[in-house]
Amino acid sequence: MKCGGFRVSYRSDERIFDTALPIVGLVLLLAGLAVFPPFATTYWMDVLNRIGIAIIGAIGLNILLGFTGQISIGHAAFLAVGAYSTAILEVNVGLPFFLAIPLGALITSGFGLIFGIPSLRLKGLYLAIATLSAHFITTFVIVHWESMTKGVVGLSVPPAVVLGLPLDSDFRIFYLIYALVVPAILFAKNLFRTRVGRAFIAVRDRDVAASVMGVSLLRYKLLAFIVSSFYAGVAGGLMAHHSRILFPDSFTLLVAIDYLAMVIIGGMGSIVGSIFGAIFMTLLPEVLKLTATSLTGVYPQAFGFIASVRDVVFGLAVIFFLMYEPLGLARIWVRFRSYWQLWPYSY
Amino acid sequence: MTEHLVFMLQLVITGIAVGGVYSLMALGFVLIFKASSVVNFGPGELVLFGAYVSWATILNMKMPLYLALPVTLVVAILLGLVIERGILRPLIGEPIISVIMVTFGFASVIRGVLNMTWGSDTRPFPVLFSPEPFRLGPVPVSPVHLWSFVVVLILLLAFSIFFRFSLTGMAMRATADNQQVAQSLGVSVKRIFALSWCIACVVSTLAGIILGNVRGGVDFSLADLGLKVFPVVILGGLDSVAGAIIGGVLIGVLENLSGGYLDPIFGGGVKEVAPFVILVLILMLRPYGFFGKAEIERV
Repeated sequence: MKCGGFRVSYRSDERIFDTALPIVGLVLLLAGLAVFPPFATTYWMDVLNRIGIAIIGAIGLNILLGFTGQISIGHAAFLAVGAYSTAILEVNVGLPFFLAIPLGALITSGFGLIFGIPSLRLKGLYLAIATLSAHFITTFVIVHWESMTKGVVGLSVPPAVVLGLPLDSDFRIFYLIYALVVPAILFAKNLFRTRVGRAFIAVRDRDVAASVMGVSLLRYKLLAFIVSSFYAGVAGGLMAHHSRILFPDSFTLLVAIDYLAMVIIGGMGSIVGSIFGAIFMTLLPEVLKLTATSLTGVYPQAFGFIASVRDVVFGLAVIFFLMYEPLGLARIWVRFRSYWQLWPYSY
Repeated sequence: MTEHLVFMLQLVITGIAVGGVYSLMALGFVLIFKASSVVNFGPGELVLFGAYVSWATILNMKMPLYLALPVTLVVAILLGLVIERGILRPLIGEPIISVIMVTFGFASVIRGVLNMTWGSDTRPFPVLFSPEPFRLGPVPVSPVHLWSFVVVLILLLAFSIFFRFSLTGMAMRATADNQQVAQSLGVSVKRIFALSWCIACVVSTLAGIILGNVRGGVDFSLADLGLKVFPVVILGGLDSVAGAIIGGVLIGVLENLSGGYLDPIFGGGVKEVAPFVILVLILMLRPYGFFGKAEIERV
């Protein structure tokens, strides 16, 4: 029985999966997801799709915040740029989606690069405030650049078409979203086994020490912004195809705070954590909605309170995690796993 | 006087009046930052809280003004204590992102609780001043703007005297200067932290009451104004009370001027974004603001 990590080579130390069991589990999970849609309702497909998009976005933010230590309150702006540039590339230029999404993500990367320039001079709080103002400036541009973005009227996006099949329902777009979620997770997971990923972590832990050891801060901070905003760009492109109409109002500051909360609640510096955080934050309002629906018999006004109850629960969850479990759901998951790994001798 | 000049003067005067309120909010922010290096990302919600509580005491519970105001301020002090004791004290020494996030967290709780208690409709505020504008030379000024500015001026003066001459005020300045030295001289740093939150909540509440009067009603859009605190404090310097006051007025004037002149070109909304453009420019040129301590380390 395995009762500890016995790593005798760097290769085994760097391995993502220690044993074959998690691989089998993951393959089963993916297979389960793939055959799931026919049995699901539109409502749950919509929730699943939003979770998938949130996973990509949250991993992107975690790379920047959790792994590189650069605080960004502008993630909603990244998503907005990704969504709008993808949509504009399809509507105005006429590109198919499989070109528009990567190109849109590249545009977002360029945008992230500009966004990241202040990080070369500013740290911590100042960077947070700089990204906050960048967020407001970006949304202002989106609202007012009406010839491109249609402003507050909303920009409709044609459905993605695969081999003549339009992905116009939640059941169809599901496969596109999760076909991108899986490589997004794998790439992030592998990124931190490479030189670049380790450099990110070094910058986070102590930037001066990192630069003494030959990690170029200029290069890696900007690279972190580029990678992070590429993820956000992909997530934004998927949002455009999922909701099929874009409003500037879908990218408020609250969205950025939601993504920050996903990273914090899920666990900073953990890829699994981002996944948990995305699931948690997407399910939270849905669970409240279901509770309210079941309560309408007893308490007819319950539905009117969802928005405010969500605010309260969200705030309390953030405060609770920061105070009692700063490493987030990822840490709970690790504890849970190690408990069962050694069961029944887990003490 | 030409029409053009009157237009400009009007913008400047409104800007000064609104900027005074920004100064008040920024004062609360700077006090907290100076004392405990906590960045409050929910200043708007504190303002909102004050505005709603004062609305509830004056109009809902029909208290007379001399009773309603103290009650409101006591509630604000309690809120400050709860936030400091319950939320921020356990997080002393945590990384800055945790502190930022926790302030987002309690801001969200305040917003939710207010929404649950009083709903999201606009609540009319009692009209204390005649809406009829009077003329200052050729420029029309509305009384509510003038009065709000006078009140802000008195408050700021009172706080300056408090910090300058009272023992508690000096203890607060000492703590801001150097926590360890202050502690060795018998200042209870914990009490100062709590006190700075209480004062911040009180000034935010007063700002809320004034804003409610200026706009003639309270609704949740007040909270968005709270984020204007950041341009103000960055312009004035994060740890400078004088900077907060001057920065508030400057930002108020700048946003009104840019709104007045650029709105026709961009089609509205310039007022909301101009302070943040200024903010980015200042961060690039002089990150510690006009009056702040220059301790930005190069990275």
